[in-house]
Amino acid sequence: MKRTTAVFLAVLLSAAACDSGSGGGGSSSSGGSVPGVTDTEVVVGTHMPLTGPAAAGYSKISPATKAYFDFVNAGGGINGRKITYKVKDDGYNPATTQQVVRELVLQDKVFAILNGLGTPTHTGVLDFLKTNKVPDLFVASGSRNWNQVGKYPGTFGFNPDYTVEGKILGTYVKENLAGKKACFLGQDDDFGKDSLAGIEKTLGPVADKQTYVTSNPNVGPQMGALKAAGCQVVLLATIPGFTALSIGTAAKIGFKPQFVVSNVGADPATVSKALGAAAPLLEGVVSANYLPLTTDDANPWIQLYKKVNAQYNNNAEFDNNVVYGMSVAYLFVQSLQAAGKDLTRESIIDAVEKNGFQGPGLVPLRFSDKDHAGYGGEQLTKIQGGKAVFFGQAYTTDDADGAVQPYTAQPVTPPQNGIPAA
Amino acid sequence: MTDVKEEKQTAPAVPEIVRKRKRIWPVVPILIGALLIVILTYTLPPFRNYQLATVGAYFTVTAGLTVLTGLNGQLSLGHGALMATGAYTFALSQNKWLNAPVSFVAAILVTTLAGVVIGLAAARLRGPYLAGLTLAVAVVVPSVTSTFDETFNSDMGLSVALDPPPGTIPMERWQAWLCWAGALVTALLLATLVRGRFGRDLRAVRDDETAARLAGVNIARTQVLAFVVSAACAGLAGALFAVLAQSVSPGAFPLTLSLFLVMAIVIGGLGRLVGALLGAVLLVALPTLAQQAGERSGSQHLEGNLALVVFGVVLVVVMLAAPGGLASIRFTTIFRRNR
Repeated sequence: MKRTTAVFLAVLLSAAACDSGSGGGGSSSSGGSVPGVTDTEVVVGTHMPLTGPAAAGYSKISPATKAYFDFVNAGGGINGRKITYKVKDDGYNPATTQQVVRELVLQDKVFAILNGLGTPTHTGVLDFLKTNKVPDLFVASGSRNWNQVGKYPGTFGFNPDYTVEGKILGTYVKENLAGKKACFLGQDDDFGKDSLAGIEKTLGPVADKQTYVTSNPNVGPQMGALKAAGCQVVLLATIPGFTALSIGTAAKIGFKPQFVVSNVGADPATVSKALGAAAPLLEGVVSANYLPLTTDDANPWIQLYKKVNAQYNNNAEFDNNVVYGMSVAYLFVQSLQAAGKDLTRESIIDAVEKNGFQGPGLVPLRFSDKDHAGYGGEQLTKIQGGKAVFFGQAYTTDDADGAVQPYTAQPVTPPQNGIPAA
Repeated sequence: MTDVKEEKQTAPAVPEIVRKRKRIWPVVPILIGALLIVILTYTLPPFRNYQLATVGAYFTVTAGLTVLTGLNGQLSLGHGALMATGAYTFALSQNKWLNAPVSFVAAILVTTLAGVVIGLAAARLRGPYLAGLTLAVAVVVPSVTSTFDETFNSDMGLSVALDPPPGTIPMERWQAWLCWAGALVTALLLATLVRGRFGRDLRAVRDDETAARLAGVNIARTQVLAFVVSAACAGLAGALFAVLAQSVSPGAFPLTLSLFLVMAIVIGGLGRLVGALLGAVLLVALPTLAQQAGERSGSQHLEGNLALVVFGVVLVVVMLAAPGGLASIRFTTIFRRNR
């Protein structure tokens, strides 16, 4: 018995001991009244699946974001502050997300959460971030959850939401593949539901719809059902691993529809890696994008990102995830610049709501004090010769009944030194 | 707390004293523990409180599991699924009635029922077959949530409505109190339970079923009861997890959780509540340490897998150095050897 108590005591004391150590360090570094902000540093954190079912591709985002921050820091930082980016692996497990986000906010005292990834994972921490008044910037998912200004005033999206995307993809199918039997396979969560809602808004009801869950990597039954229903077009609201799985499984059962894939699951580099020798199956797949394409070497943004990637990201394989991660970082730096020298949690939220950011995106961001959704549209791509290429023009729309409209303004070029000015 | 060998050696010599000590002592450490927790929750910063709460929630399930596996010899690989049962019940009840005490009772009752069903089947199976059955349970749970997605909302899971903590108590301190109240009550009940006739029956069935049957022990009933008791603990732990995460989803109760639970009680020391406590601490500490190590070495990609590696290494090292688990290490013997 004595042993029990002794062990118990020892454990608790050691916990208390290591805590007072780190706790002291944390409070001294925060210094001023704004958590995570000193005269020389601003600390932001994120949760990302570096392992687990969603890690394929997505695990490359946060290193790319960090690389761009390192590039900015090498140039002296923003308003004299260097950006420290803390990345925590949550394995796409909502319970772990809870744990790591608490660690970032309560222990590491981050200024903001930047680009937390995943709909189910990030949904669980919205209330916690709101209670602690932590800015929740540019969530890496197209769920409409992030656009609830009244309920979550500090949360902002980044991706075009899945309904906007669904409406644009649906319009494409309606105009270019008219008369063909269109069907749908989606993730069994808000991603799939919002996407389908958008598709059906412009295309009308699909002939057959199937769902999958990430915990079950077998889409044989779903693809079988779509084949049996005689589908000629299959719209996919899938993460990269399941895009590969769906296209591969379809080929195995001799089912060759036209695939139209959501932007989040269509990165050719990630999907073809997952398909391996079967990568040529991707030929002709239609998708959409709202950021410059990796293969467009003439694009000044790609030139900038490639330079940063070579210098600060160990020359990682340059795919859409790298472009995405750096674009998020660029937008955050713009927000910091707009928030000015007196950086507070309120000032950065005000700055983002004011918007007016011009960056790598093909269409404008939609931020305002009434709207916290990210990009408002996309341009279609098609995979040709193993590469995605843009065709047609960019479109913008909203997540309600607004029309899908062409957007024709020319994209801007990056600043000379690659760092946005104030 | 339940040191089998010690009892065997001392019981015949001084039965009177032992019996008297037995009656008082489970209460004392529990009270000391409760006092310690209250002090700690006031001295620790919020994140440590959250971790403390997580240890409490894990302890609730490892305590039940160590009674089942360590004392009764039944291996369950499905306790993560039982936790999920408790967590989902808690979430559904909370979202309907928003009455935490009712939801806790509902979670325990429903999981106990599930425990009865699995326990009845388990009592007919031995060794690997039993492990297989419980493994199947662990695998089936995610499919249930996607099959009945109207109720369980598939992979997205449910968010859990919670009343704010009473008064000005911070959320994390409140969570720590709730979790440790659950853990300490569980530990007290289990310690009392295994000290009496039930505990003797458990061990008798584990050690030699034929001998136990000859001695008049009802084997099947003992096994089912053991399973039910540990299922109830898992149900409570699941509900506590729902309180901690304020959301439940199949991703929070993966197969690896069940495996980690078994690993934790083996590393801690099978069949002892101290072992279960040490295991619970490790479940929280090891992944965090692994991630910190990963961050320091500058790795961006290994961190998640590193936790698994660290767990495996700790398991191997502990089994080599102390086959009885961490709880079997005696400071006195270490000192004696050094002398």
